[in-house]
Amino acid sequence: MSFLQVTNLSARIKGSDHRLLRGVSLTVEAGEVRGLVGESGAGKSMIGKAILGILPRAIEITGGSILLNGTELLTLSPAERRRLIGASTALIPQDPLTALNPSRRIGPQITDRLVDILGWSRSAADARATELLDEVQITDPTRVLRAYPHELSGGMRQRILIASAFAAEPKLIIADEPTTALDVTVQKQILKLIATMQARHGTALLFVTHDLGVVAKVCQKISVLYGGLVVEDTTAEAYFTGPAHAYSRALLAATPKYTNPEASLLPIPDAVIAAVQADVDAYDRRVP
Amino acid sequence: MADARALVHRRAGLRLWLSAGWIALVAAAALLAPWIAPHDPLAQDLFLGRLPPFWMEGTEPGYWLGTDSLGRDVLSRILHGARIALIVAVIAGTLTCLIGATLGLLAGFLRGWVDLVISRLIDIWMAFPPVLFSILLIAVLGPGLTSIIIAIVVIDWTRFARVVRAEAMAQGAMDYVASARVAGRTRIGTMLREILPNVLPTIVVLLTLEMGIAVIVEAILSFVNLSISTDDPTWGGMIAEGRTSVHQAWWVLVFPLVTLFLTVLAFSQLGEGLKDRYDPVLQ
Repeated sequence: MSFLQVTNLSARIKGSDHRLLRGVSLTVEAGEVRGLVGESGAGKSMIGKAILGILPRAIEITGGSILLNGTELLTLSPAERRRLIGASTALIPQDPLTALNPSRRIGPQITDRLVDILGWSRSAADARATELLDEVQITDPTRVLRAYPHELSGGMRQRILIASAFAAEPKLIIADEPTTALDVTVQKQILKLIATMQARHGTALLFVTHDLGVVAKVCQKISVLYGGLVVEDTTAEAYFTGPAHAYSRALLAATPKYTNPEASLLPIPDAVIAAVQADVDAYDRRVP
Repeated sequence: MADARALVHRRAGLRLWLSAGWIALVAAAALLAPWIAPHDPLAQDLFLGRLPPFWMEGTEPGYWLGTDSLGRDVLSRILHGARIALIVAVIAGTLTCLIGATLGLLAGFLRGWVDLVISRLIDIWMAFPPVLFSILLIAVLGPGLTSIIIAIVVIDWTRFARVVRAEAMAQGAMDYVASARVAGRTRIGTMLREILPNVLPTIVVLLTLEMGIAVIVEAILSFVNLSISTDDPTWGGMIAEGRTSVHQAWWVLVFPLVTLFLTVLAFSQLGEGLKDRYDPVLQ
């Protein structure tokens, strides 16, 4: 059985017919990396938030199921859900500049979960935090643990967030565009770091991104999303050698290539958009 | 490796020291008034009426800032007036802050029906004209120190609630709040441990502003004769009395007015100064 199994998940804006997720199904096996790609507004981040239970108030889940290690999350009481999520999953958020509490020191922000949820002693948690910062190649961890976020650079903060995500040895990490807010040179280092940490800890990873270059480097499975509908669910190898769906092909073709700048930046053809939009409309007719 | 950002020094805050210094002076005056005031603030002596301040002609030794038309010493009355001003500032300011900030925080972070109820309450509250509202309140409660404090709290909590609500909403949208939730914090826990520390600098600035406002409100109510009994020296009462004889004895009006002005200014600057100095987010 998969570690994470999302089946037929649908969501909409409360009190309207505006659908955000249209029967999304995907699985993440233990230790596997799945990329979740699509344009802005396709619902990529929404899926991650639905799993973690941090959807905005205005959005409601209208159907489907989310099984985490065999436990149905959607019917769990808030307290049980919080405990389960806190103990077995973690989030690497998009923007390192807002993802650390500006008025608290770094150390407690990493160790909170260990102490509060897992019941570690303060000193054991501190030792663990030092070890983790070491692991994400931060020199002088003891000083960084005492620092405030504004004293650190963006790349450094993203390293800390990665360290923090791995702190409790979660079984699943959801990375929500973790490199988007960073500049290109730092992006590469951070990506490599996430890949290394993931491999070393054997953590399953749901990697939300619009950057296919990122997907190619780290993912084994890929789900392509359009309008909250999964248009293709395939392996990374199959995706990059020849995606089945026309939209996936167009998305791949739209990726800038350093080797052939003339041919890059192909917009997605209108015909492809029309075709994939037809899929979405067909879903809406099928599922009222 | 923390980079050079940690090394940026804060400005030495002249503003903070000046304002804190003035408030310390007022506080000392309030505490020590019975001992340091040269005269009884209520003692009248009609032979010594309207004496000018010390640098002018026709003064009497010991009456540094002159006397009013009843011969009461202006300096002594200002020193004693500091007591009521500070009591009102501290108690009314703190109570207003506690009530307003709590409601604002709950509304801004919990949203939903809590926000709906509190926000509508604020809207309705703010539609009352504040001066008339306070005069009405005091008419009902009867004049006195407690009534003034209640009037200030009842009228001004919306000031805190509105600003803190907006701030809490902005903080609530940050990724660190989502991270805290994923890490297993309860909603109330998130509010108190994650949001509150970030809203605190704003609350401190508002609190000191509110203390200044409380001083002004007390003065206004004294001015319209709705404050403490007219026997007790208050700055507002002195200004009201000084107004009637401003052409013959300007000092009776001007000295309490300047003291009031400096105190209100010092309160507002104290808040800004504290924020500059201690807010970890500001560089």
